[in-house]
Amino acid sequence: MTPEQTMEPIAVETLLQRVQKMHEDGYRLVQIHATTLPDKLEITYSFDLDLRLASLRLHLPLEEPRLPSVSTIYGCAVLYENEMHDLFRVQVDGMTLDFKGNLYKTAVKFPFGSTKAPGVTCAAIAPAPTPKPAAGAAPVK
Amino acid sequence: MARTIIPFGPQHPVLPEPVHLDLVVEDEKVVEARPSIGFIHRGLEKLAEKKDYVEFVYVAERICGICSFIHGQSYCQAIETIMNVTVPPRALYLRTVWGELSRIHSHLLWLGLLADAMGFESLFMHSWRVRERVLNIIEATTGGRVIFGSCKIGGVRRDIDPAMITHIQSEMKTIEKEMREITTVFMNDRSVKSRLCGVGVLTKQEAYELGCVGPMLRASGVAQDMRKLGYAAYKDIPVEPITRTEGDSYARCAVRSEELFQSVDIIRQALERIPDGEIAVKVTGNPNGETIMRTEQPRGEVAYCVKATGSKNLQRFRVRTPTFANLPAMLKVLQGCDLADVPVLVLTIDPCISCTER
Repeated sequence: MTPEQTMEPIAVETLLQRVQKMHEDGYRLVQIHATTLPDKLEITYSFDLDLRLASLRLHLPLEEPRLPSVSTIYGCAVLYENEMHDLFRVQVDGMTLDFKGNLYKTAVKFPFGSTKAPGVTCAAIAPAPTPKPAAGAAPVK
Repeated sequence: MARTIIPFGPQHPVLPEPVHLDLVVEDEKVVEARPSIGFIHRGLEKLAEKKDYVEFVYVAERICGICSFIHGQSYCQAIETIMNVTVPPRALYLRTVWGELSRIHSHLLWLGLLADAMGFESLFMHSWRVRERVLNIIEATTGGRVIFGSCKIGGVRRDIDPAMITHIQSEMKTIEKEMREITTVFMNDRSVKSRLCGVGVLTKQEAYELGCVGPMLRASGVAQDMRKLGYAAYKDIPVEPITRTEGDSYARCAVRSEELFQSVDIIRQALERIPDGEIAVKVTGNPNGETIMRTEQPRGEVAYCVKATGSKNLQRFRVRTPTFANLPAMLKVLQGCDLADVPVLVLTIDPCISCTER
């Protein structure tokens, strides 16, 4: 991180309280994003005030990741939260606008999520196997 | 009064790219706009896990066909920050020149599209005629018209020789004169003003709360521009954000119009003060660390979140593009507008779906 950037680790339980404080202090929500690590999911909330970037970071388990929505504090958070759901399979509770998995129309469900998550397997992400030619069919050149 | 839902998009004459809105209308007033995006989501962020971090510059540039150079520049700056690479000063100035040329051609593109949406066809064609002059400079200096391919980790691939610098300086005079004629029409023509003034008002508080960036934010009175962070040559060439206070479509048009001349001024200063020397340094090893790099694209702040663990592939590459940040504001200004104003209001955020569906 560069000197004008800060990263504060927080717990899920204190998320709403910390985001509310950022809002009261006049911060603008810059972005929210998730990262799949080998053993957990990393969520980052970034805020800006007078060009200073302050981020909050928390971790979720790969199995059944769940978060409270911050969209009642920052209305614009709904797009980031729906994105996290559609790409990473994060269940965000209490979104003010819930696309119910239809923000992105992806061929594979939760394409950025962990392959360990229920319902998402390596086979689902891997390309479909090439069908065997029927008996007697001409070989493909 | 009974409500009707009018589908707008994903294919619509005013939309260069696919996005869909369900417009809930009462008579001819829009009471709500329900968006659908994600028709062409490409998953480029996931591709970073497969591609070498050096060759990924090509992918970053292809996130968008308009602000492609600044996408590549932002990605390179993020990697250079993580790897503590010191980019030669001449390369920083060249990046600034190409970045500002991108801003001019993007804003001229938007002005043309806006004129087209209003049915002012001759203004549309004049805007794009001038834009061609800018594209010619870009083609002459990089070899490409929209995908430059000139930025790389550690510097830039191409230099601009003194003869070309003189040519650009001369050409900028013509471009500035022609842009002055066009923007005079945008700012003073009665029919343009009647379509833009007081339409889609976003207050300063609303723009800030909704997370707006770029001209959307500055047109509502918030003086925020990421070039003030001092990346590239902006540490030597200070930039004062251009703001308006009205917060309507006219103000957004005015901010973009004035930024054209600000960019011309920055290009002039950069070409006059460009230092001699190398244009790139050799970069070896793999990145290990994390940063969030923010730069100012024509449409506003872009945030590149890059995380690397010492291998040639990045662990996470995430881009928050300006259009993604401005979508909530677009939905806000559509509430309560006349149905006939929807095309102008959709365009007023300068939507780039290619960026949004990275």
